[in-house]
Amino acid sequence: MFPTPIEKRPRSAQITYQAFLPFALILWLLPLLAVALFSIKPDADFTNGNYWGVPSSFEAFTNYGKVFFESNMPRYLLNSLLITIPTVIGAVALSCMAGFALGVYKFRGNLLIFFIFIAGNFVPFQILMVPVRDLTVSMNLYDTKLGLVLFHVAFQTGFCTLFMRNFIRALPFPLIEAARVEGVAEWRIFLYVVLPLMKPALAALAVLIFTFIWNDYFWAVVLTQGPDAQPVTAGITEFNSQFRAAYHLMSAGSIVAALPPVAMFFLMQKHFIAGLTLGAVK
Amino acid sequence: MSSADTNRGWYKRNEIAITPWLFLLPAMLFFAVYVIIPIGQSFWISFHQWDGLGDKTWVGTANYERLLGIGDQNVDRKFEVSFWNNLRWLVLYLLAIPAGLFIALFLNQTVFGIRLYKSLFFFPFVISQVVVGLVFSWFYLPNDGLFDVITGWFGIDVSGGVLGNPNTATYGIIAAGLWPQTAYCMILYLTGLNAVDPEQVEAARLDGAKGRKMLWYVILPQLKPATFIAFVVTIIGALRSFDLISVMTNGGPFGSTRVLSFYMFEESLSEFGFRMGYGAAIAVVLFFIMLGFIVYFLWSMYQDEKGAR
Repeated sequence: MFPTPIEKRPRSAQITYQAFLPFALILWLLPLLAVALFSIKPDADFTNGNYWGVPSSFEAFTNYGKVFFESNMPRYLLNSLLITIPTVIGAVALSCMAGFALGVYKFRGNLLIFFIFIAGNFVPFQILMVPVRDLTVSMNLYDTKLGLVLFHVAFQTGFCTLFMRNFIRALPFPLIEAARVEGVAEWRIFLYVVLPLMKPALAALAVLIFTFIWNDYFWAVVLTQGPDAQPVTAGITEFNSQFRAAYHLMSAGSIVAALPPVAMFFLMQKHFIAGLTLGAVK
Repeated sequence: MSSADTNRGWYKRNEIAITPWLFLLPAMLFFAVYVIIPIGQSFWISFHQWDGLGDKTWVGTANYERLLGIGDQNVDRKFEVSFWNNLRWLVLYLLAIPAGLFIALFLNQTVFGIRLYKSLFFFPFVISQVVVGLVFSWFYLPNDGLFDVITGWFGIDVSGGVLGNPNTATYGIIAAGLWPQTAYCMILYLTGLNAVDPEQVEAARLDGAKGRKMLWYVILPQLKPATFIAFVVTIIGALRSFDLISVMTNGGPFGSTRVLSFYMFEESLSEFGFRMGYGAAIAVVLFFIMLGFIVYFLWSMYQDEKGAR
């Protein structure tokens, strides 16, 4: 193991390390802690210039109550959910199938198609912006959740296919050959042999895509406007103009907007990291 | 023999050849409509003048000439600023890789509660960039922001606040972007360090290697895959930077924090009328900058694929 395990060091080094850890963590998360502090402060603290001191009173319930009951925030959150979940299902379904095709079969153009998926995934969004916006408008899907979902599904398919294909490649191929010898139809092989083995990959991708889509801002701004369809990342700016300079409310709103992917991460940590670090180890 | 039978027979005979295409079809269709074809369309639009509603007017390479200052015109000032800012992003964003490695080495221990520490260090990456931007813009508030308070102790005062000063604003935003990106690189390296061959490390230790030498000659070569991915995601992240700029400064002060992706958005969908053709031209330039990296990434991956056979 590198660096040398701390247990093999002198006792003093161990104590220093253990003591330094929380200190480093606080330093690292300082901006976030500041926002958390902001969000429980009363309005008066900011007018009195008490930005960083101890809150003069504990107002978490009032502040978060306002976020949930006196703004469009719940609506934006719901929109985010209604955009994110169908996208996750769509992208994972499409890429499962594409990954199966590219990972199991040998045919002309296999590698070419695979590389087109990867390359498309690296492209800067901006080159897609004008045509995709135009296409969405012409399908009458501008400012709808469906318009956003369709695009997200298509774009995420690139990354997901890369992921799935590499995962399927690593599965034991004799299993598939054995099924073929038995005369099992190809689509049944997919459904009953490959798919059950892909559960960890499905979980990892689902969590990852959930976070990516929830946090998307660019496409939300390009393809939607207003509280009917906008997800929370775009909604937060409207929220902020509603409560201009009310730092206690803006920070409470930000924390609410950030929470779902954070919760997802902590609940599904193993899958999340497995997905993110795919390929980091050979 | 009925026709259903012949159909079935034909399918059965060609099952292995046809199945992959059936499975690929939906994904390819979506990807073509929303990703591949739009790339071509953007090229086409960049040769036009277009407000996004009416007819497109063919203007040839006029957009590019205006952008790059070919002929008797000056180079577009805003484009110039954006381009140099993009380079700043590219270079400084790469700091996330050594910083991530450093934190990963720091956290690669097995003391009580270390798993929780690792996930909390990773935390910034999970939060949306919009929230990161908001958080940092409060952190940078002039006079009242924590940053100003802390630098004040050392007698440093950035006039107008970090984000209000054209000389510092871009660096302030990049620093905000480095926060989640470092967390990402850290997790890549932590996973990589987990897979480092302990026997090689022990053998090197017996040979007297330690510290920096060990890191450079024994550990880093084994972390190569992690470094490659960290490099890929960091480059892409740097060139995609949009959210932070939009939230923190909206391109200002005096347009000093624009990058190509932001400038393109501004031109295409600005309140002063849509200039889609000009915007598309900027996007094409950005695409070509990216293309160099894409080709390199794909080439590396292709080498791996060939090696796998």
